[in-house]
Amino acid sequence: MVPISYYLMLSAVLFGLGVVAFVFKRNIITIFMSIELMLNAVNLAFVAFARAHNQLDGLVFVFFVIVVAAAEAAVGLAIIITIAHNRRTLNVEQVNLLKF
Amino acid sequence: MEFAQEFINQHAILVVSLIKIAVLLFIVMTALAYLTWFERKVIARIQSRWGPYYVGAHGLLQPLADGLKFLFKEDFTPPMVDRLLYILAPFLALSLALTAIALIPFGPPTGPYSHLFGQPIFIIANSSIGLLVLFAITSLGVYGVALAGWSSNSKYALMGGLRSSAQMISYEVSLTISVVGVLLLAGTLNFNGIIESQAGYYLHFIPRWHVIPQVVGFMCYLTAAVAETNRIPFDLPEAETELVSGFHTEYSSFKFAMFFMAEYANMITVSSLATILFFGGWLSPFPDTWTWQNYLPGVGLVLLGVYLAFDTVANMHGIARLQLAVVTMLCLVGGAACLIPPVAAAIQGPFWFTTKVLLFLFFYVWMRGTLPRFRYDQLMAFGWKLLLPVSLANLVITAFVIILPLLMGHQ
Amino acid sequence: MSLPLILFFVLAVMAVAGAVVLILAREPIHSALALVMVMVSLAILYLLLGAEFIAAVQIIVYAGAVMVLFVFVIMLLNAGTEDRTHISKIATWVGLPLGFFLLLEVAHIFWHGRMSAAMGSGAGAPFEPASTHDLSMALFQQYLFPFEATSILILIALLGALVLAKKDE
Repeated sequence: MVPISYYLMLSAVLFGLGVVAFVFKRNIITIFMSIELMLNAVNLAFVAFARAHNQLDGLVFVFFVIVVAAAEAAVGLAIIITIAHNRRTLNVEQVNLLKF
Repeated sequence: MEFAQEFINQHAILVVSLIKIAVLLFIVMTALAYLTWFERKVIARIQSRWGPYYVGAHGLLQPLADGLKFLFKEDFTPPMVDRLLYILAPFLALSLALTAIALIPFGPPTGPYSHLFGQPIFIIANSSIGLLVLFAITSLGVYGVALAGWSSNSKYALMGGLRSSAQMISYEVSLTISVVGVLLLAGTLNFNGIIESQAGYYLHFIPRWHVIPQVVGFMCYLTAAVAETNRIPFDLPEAETELVSGFHTEYSSFKFAMFFMAEYANMITVSSLATILFFGGWLSPFPDTWTWQNYLPGVGLVLLGVYLAFDTVANMHGIARLQLAVVTMLCLVGGAACLIPPVAAAIQGPFWFTTKVLLFLFFYVWMRGTLPRFRYDQLMAFGWKLLLPVSLANLVITAFVIILPLLMGHQ
Repeated sequence: MSLPLILFFVLAVMAVAGAVVLILAREPIHSALALVMVMVSLAILYLLLGAEFIAAVQIIVYAGAVMVLFVFVIMLLNAGTEDRTHISKIATWVGLPLGFFLLLEVAHIFWHGRMSAAMGSGAGAPFEPASTHDLSMALFQQYLFPFEATSILILIALLGALVLAKKDE
């Protein structure tokens, strides 16, 4: 049997890597993908806890996280397409009209 | 010998699974090759010509010739392609298409002849969510097409890849929704469970297959399945007259052969799914009391052997005569073997399943020879504006009809 | 070294490798495929944890639809090679060791802390996969309101994406 703490460690590592990608990458689409990576890491933690306590509520929550992430991805990608058409670049450092 | 016996007893699942995988892989690869022969023959007959005739008797060695051609052709990689994705795409397409066949049950899981070393032999992975896993595998199949189009560094390939993958994900929604009506009737996602819920007869002789209550669902499923597998009338993204060759324009020799095989394997998968969900899978259409149906495969093979014998003597000359004589011998021996009662009872499940799948494949090829193709905007409009609402309506009405007696009962 | 443990390590290595490729790749399409690999390995981990329905939903919805959407957008926008980011020297020489020590601390908390004692190592409880039937009962009875609210949310997202992606006439 695999101890639950191994799954939580993996979830923490993936979440940390998602944060690193979010901070250091410059392409809008890659940053958005790092958000999805973080959501996946959280899902893994939920499922691990659902197994640990033998309850189904964790799984229901994962179901909702996946659905909401799908809706968010749709709207976010539409926004990205609009930005790409208007600013003609996919580099976040160049979308800086509101910068002080 | 004792070590082997001990090993088999302890690891029965592993040993039997490996045997099943090896046998099934061999059968499926041969079936893929001869499906191309079947398609060319049937389309040729629809178009009033012969089809492959010279390479082996009745063109039966044509797939072998095609395979050798694919192996020996020059494997040209265009410059400036994304190497990793270019090589990954056909492997992904073929491996996903073949993985889906591991979930399909060919025969009953219980019965006197369906176990080897204690493991069921007619299905490789008897998962309790088999249908969902199959849909998961077909969802991942979109990547093969999209990556092939992108990595080929060519306008035609990119357009073809984008259009083809957009078509696949659009029709996937209708595909999954049209199947939920069957799930409401069957109550389980397990394939053997769905088949077993179709046992029994209306009025003692009409089999209780799901196609009868779910006609609309079946039509939606068939249309969506044809669109999923990129076959005519939905094959604009890969038609030769339209986009050169769509997403597999820049592929040659073995990689092209892999896309080809992946398309036929997908056809086999959706046909198998149609028989399992709507036509009773490995169930026989005749009631179980008619025991003469056990001899149908044997009699059929013997009759085929007799016809081929006449053909050998009357029409074939030279080496074709020798080849057809060999095939005739195999048919007659196989037919005689199928007439032995234990063997006849054992192959009942696989025989009916294979017959139904072959009928579906014939229908696929028939459509290819007969129908013109849709324009791309017509195709997408049809998928979203007609097929999806009809599938949803089917689902709602099915659910309502199932829940109505319970509602009435409470009142 | 039981089979589930070996399988867990293989899948964990695959997931972390995918995440690292997501960070280090220069083409966005390679990052997208690395993320798909992460999602597929996570789906198999869900199977190991007994959540078979969630594993199937993860592949059908997340890896098979959301990531296909990402790949489409990358292809449509023709997102090419990214420039190399200028990561400062401090981030590499101080940040990475600090990150590693943070990880060690988190591992220590998970392994020896109170959480671990409360849930046990999972070896005692009998292992039965969460059936789809029970999950759907919970979803449609206890969590019916969030379910309906989520469907309205999807409708809003659909309309929003349609409006945003429309060309200005």
